Amino acid sequence: MKKGYFGEFGGCFVPELLMPPLLELEEACTDILPGEEFRRELDGLLRGYAGRETPLTLCPTLSRELGFNLYLKREDLLHTGAHKMNNTLGQALLARRMGKSVLAAETGAGQHGVATAAAAARLGLSCVVFMGEEDTRRQAANVMRMRLLGAEVRPVASGTRTLKDAINEALRFWIAEQRTTHYCFGTAAGPHPFPTLVRDLQSVIGEETKAQCRSAFGALPDVVVACVGGGSNAAGMFYPFVADPEAGAVRLAGIEAGGTGEPGCFTSAPLNLGTPGVLHGQYSMLLQDADGQIQPSHSVSAGLDYPGVGPEHAWFHKAGKVEYHVVVDAGALHAFARLCRGEGIIPALESSHALAWVLENAEALPAGGNVVVNLSGRGDKDMDIIREHMPDLCMPAQAADREGGSCPRQ
Amino acid sequence: MSSPMNPAAGSPPAQTPPLRAGQGSGASVLTRRIEEANAAGRVAFIPFITAGFPTPAKFRQVLRELDEGGADIIEVGVPFSDPVADGPMVEEASRRALAAGVRLRGILEELAESAAGRSAPVVLMGYYNPFLQYGLERFARDAAAAGVSGCIVPDLPVDEDGPLRAVLEAQGMALIPLVGVNTPTARMQAYAHGAAGYVYLVSVLGVTGERAAFAEELAEAFTRAQSVFSLPLAVGFGFSGPAQLEGMPFRPQAVVVGSALLRFLDAGGSAADFMSRLA
Repeated sequence: MKKGYFGEFGGCFVPELLMPPLLELEEACTDILPGEEFRRELDGLLRGYAGRETPLTLCPTLSRELGFNLYLKREDLLHTGAHKMNNTLGQALLARRMGKSVLAAETGAGQHGVATAAAAARLGLSCVVFMGEEDTRRQAANVMRMRLLGAEVRPVASGTRTLKDAINEALRFWIAEQRTTHYCFGTAAGPHPFPTLVRDLQSVIGEETKAQCRSAFGALPDVVVACVGGGSNAAGMFYPFVADPEAGAVRLAGIEAGGTGEPGCFTSAPLNLGTPGVLHGQYSMLLQDADGQIQPSHSVSAGLDYPGVGPEHAWFHKAGKVEYHVVVDAGALHAFARLCRGEGIIPALESSHALAWVLENAEALPAGGNVVVNLSGRGDKDMDIIREHMPDLCMPAQAADREGGSCPRQ
Repeated sequence: MSSPMNPAAGSPPAQTPPLRAGQGSGASVLTRRIEEANAAGRVAFIPFITAGFPTPAKFRQVLRELDEGGADIIEVGVPFSDPVADGPMVEEASRRALAAGVRLRGILEELAESAAGRSAPVVLMGYYNPFLQYGLERFARDAAAAGVSGCIVPDLPVDEDGPLRAVLEAQGMALIPLVGVNTPTARMQAYAHGAAGYVYLVSVLGVTGERAAFAEELAEAFTRAQSVFSLPLAVGFGFSGPAQLEGMPFRPQAVVVGSALLRFLDAGGSAADFMSRLA
């Protein structure tokens, strides 16, 4: 297979000016990343600082209702509240070994920005985070977190002023500052070697899950489910299963965000609803018009709100190694509420998409079997969106009863 | 689909005029035009203009004025929603063109319709995805028919350029290499293999847009590029005009000016004025 490709997908479609730093990074991935000393230092940070390993939690209430054992891989318990830290600590450590003094990052909802800022602070690096102007307003709390952690947050006013424009701006910054700066890309997408690097750093999720399943019920799970935006939490969860010849019977399902689900509305589901093309350095599935212009994406969950997807997912999809489905906003919100009340866990709206697919397809899942959902993040960041979409959920319990449960209020 | 580039396209589409005899097309004319300018003691001048700028209706006039004003080659930008190699001015021009409905198909129609009487060969500069979605082979055929001599694709490094290079070469068009001050000599050599037209040397580690000063490494990169490529070298990204070359320790064969021209037009200036001020 051609270098940096997953089947026909992947590659390195960037300005020549970015090739030297990408080649330098590729070399570091080969020379530094697998080294025993690097692994030991990263492992120490993941355990002692970020809180690995994360638990595999059985959901007794939902399991009873669904007729199979529902487990959650608790990436929501990782430091800064999502799986993003697995990647940023690894890249920050790599950057330091490469002699870089600055981390640049893009962020949509702010989770990757916060995780990069934290890793930079921990390892004594400077940090510049690019964030769409629109997103800096929607996610003001995360902007504050990044600043508290010492990062400079640069609002991006070009294009749609969201994640994809933040990536454009971060790439431009990297072109100019490549000698001192490592671009800490947040998802398993973009030009080679990022899809492989990020997937490898996130694979700790799937590796732990396999071991935890074996000790919890003596076998691999029947079904593993993860949400897919750019695709880093899903890549980290799925890859150790796809690469394991003993895991051939495990059903893997990636869940894309369908937006409102109304006809003609934007989605964030390029694998199911897009076409192949080139964006942000990779040939993969994209939401684009017939002329190759990138379309805006939409999802209630900001972390899935992206018009592209990592090339390895495009390949898993095409090769039939993983199935991919779409869940709309309403399904994710419903699943969010059920996990809050049923299990005492407030999930991120991103991860709620994965859970929603399990709830919506429970009858087709193996009765008495074992289903794992990757709970990629916690929902604290989503309070404003929840208040807006499900005001009744946020009322005092008695008041909600008095006013008739979920009926819209006057 | 009507041509958004041509407000008169509501009527039956104009016939594509045949290229003028002797004008020549394809890769070799690009090299020749630069050599002719150099032989006349000039650095060849290559303006860059985003298609449909400042408005689709005025674009044809801009092209004509650039041509009549003495442009040796004209680079026409194909707008894209996510132009990562471009600075604010070109991105804004792209955004406006897209909002006005400017697309690759219409650009090719416009170039074909306005080819008669144009002296300067045209090079299309744009990101890969719109070409890819158009269909590479069909694009090469239609571009050749529209009199386009070559392409510059800023997000297509030599490692990925095989498919486009093949279809362009089949039509006699150039895929113009774009290298930077940080491009190692070995990579320049990879670009030199099969290069045609001219070589675009990006003068700064950065995006498009005018600069007041250039790094010392530009001279070093220029010397390396000169030893690797047997084609004329054009410098671009950051130049507002040939005057900026004065006092530099090297003399390129051509200079590309983009953002400064767009800014001049945006402020209400005419392309004719812009060209005459350079003279």
